[in-house]
Amino acid sequence: MAYKRLDGRKNDELRPMEAKTGVVPSADGSAMFKIGKTIAIAVVHGPRELHPKFLQNPEKGVLRCNYNMMAFSGSGDRVRPGPNRRSKEISYVTEKALLPVLDLSKYPNAVIDVYVELLQTDAGTRCAGITAAAMALADAGIPMKDLVSAVACGVIDGTVVADVDKAEEDYEGGMGDIPLAFLPRNGEVSLLQLDGVITKDDLNKAIEIGRKASEKIYELQKKALKERFEREEK
Amino acid sequence: MNMIKDHIVKLLEKDMREDGRKLTEYRKEITIEYGVSPKSAEGSARVRIGKTEVVAGVKLDAGTPFPDTPDQGVMMVNAELLPLSNPNFESGPPSIDSIELSRVVDRGIRECHMIDTHKLCIKEGEKVWMIFIDIYPINDDGNLFDAASLAALAALKDARMPKFNEETGKVDYSERTKEPLPLSYEPIEVTVLKIKDKLIVDPSVDEWNSLDARLTVATLKDGKICALQKGGGAALTSEDVDNMVELAIEKGKELRKLL
Repeated sequence: MAYKRLDGRKNDELRPMEAKTGVVPSADGSAMFKIGKTIAIAVVHGPRELHPKFLQNPEKGVLRCNYNMMAFSGSGDRVRPGPNRRSKEISYVTEKALLPVLDLSKYPNAVIDVYVELLQTDAGTRCAGITAAAMALADAGIPMKDLVSAVACGVIDGTVVADVDKAEEDYEGGMGDIPLAFLPRNGEVSLLQLDGVITKDDLNKAIEIGRKASEKIYELQKKALKERFEREEK
Repeated sequence: MNMIKDHIVKLLEKDMREDGRKLTEYRKEITIEYGVSPKSAEGSARVRIGKTEVVAGVKLDAGTPFPDTPDQGVMMVNAELLPLSNPNFESGPPSIDSIELSRVVDRGIRECHMIDTHKLCIKEGEKVWMIFIDIYPINDDGNLFDAASLAALAALKDARMPKFNEETGKVDYSERTKEPLPLSYEPIEVTVLKIKDKLIVDPSVDEWNSLDARLTVATLKDGKICALQKGGGAALTSEDVDNMVELAIEKGKELRKLL
């Protein structure tokens, strides 16, 4: 029997989303992205001088990302505050997911700091963080070739679904969890990870479903950015 | 920074502030929003004072009591000055500023016995409820102390107990009861700044960075004081202290109406 989604969604259906930019006034750029019950806030500081100095690159600016879950944001137990192996890896892949769209050549020796905070989590947190971070970078006016739109796909009992939630992630029979990020204009992939056992066909299907889903996220990102500039004009 | 301080001082000499407020006037837009992380946290709240925004969340767990208080629950406050909230905050281990903030909020809640820890005992000497209050500024536009303590208070009020599974001896987070935490007194913290010979409340970031001395005062409904913290490099006369406490009690009454 084919897998039926626990919350009744269609296989390619995203949870309700919300996006807003300019949510943190003290920052150079900021954005909030909510998908289902996962809430991410991303902030950009910079370009600014990079310290310690030996990290500086005289040819172009450096992107530095920092992903963090608030202590009360987990499902169940409190998350111990401060960086851990998981959050460090997510910070690292977030950086790599965003880099392909950035043109940092105008910012030698500078750093662009991206801080992602999770207020509440229901799976798909790194993807929500990347989606919010891309909006925050655009909000900060950093030259970009494209936005980045990310979504976590899953393979459950051979069924490929978009935007898995925590209940699906914890599915008893086991599942393949595939966080994906896309550059919407050319459809290229800038984040690809997998936890779980799946076939090559399923992977291709997941990327296809993910790409389609990311287009909806992209539209929302653009809308949120436009709203911000409309607000400013008033 | 000295240029900014000169500017602030010159304004204060004329009883003026950067944003046109009176010296003892809070920003008008103060809001408390409950349940900002309802799925994950047992209680949560967001406080906005002007553009300053702080969120706080309460998590509950069952753990071993301290040996000297075997029949009492445990409460812990943690604040992290996120780099997200202010371009000058840095990542890394907790700074002394975030430690002070945590401890000042903790003291206000602890010393007035806001939480009846005796009611948080599950089995004496073995299992008690542990309350973790985590505070995060989202946007620092000054006065994080007052905003943080208000957010912590609101998150505690918002919290509902999860279910404790007697058989496994663990907390079942999937089921939340309707039972609130055993709360009584509500401490309101007000921080009064002294810059030269002027006293102000609800400082901006620039005013905060220009302070000579500050006093955070936690007050209760009946006007009693339950915690104090003096900061800043300058000393205070006893007259100063009296004036600052008086002001904090008065302002505390105003803030209490928002709860």
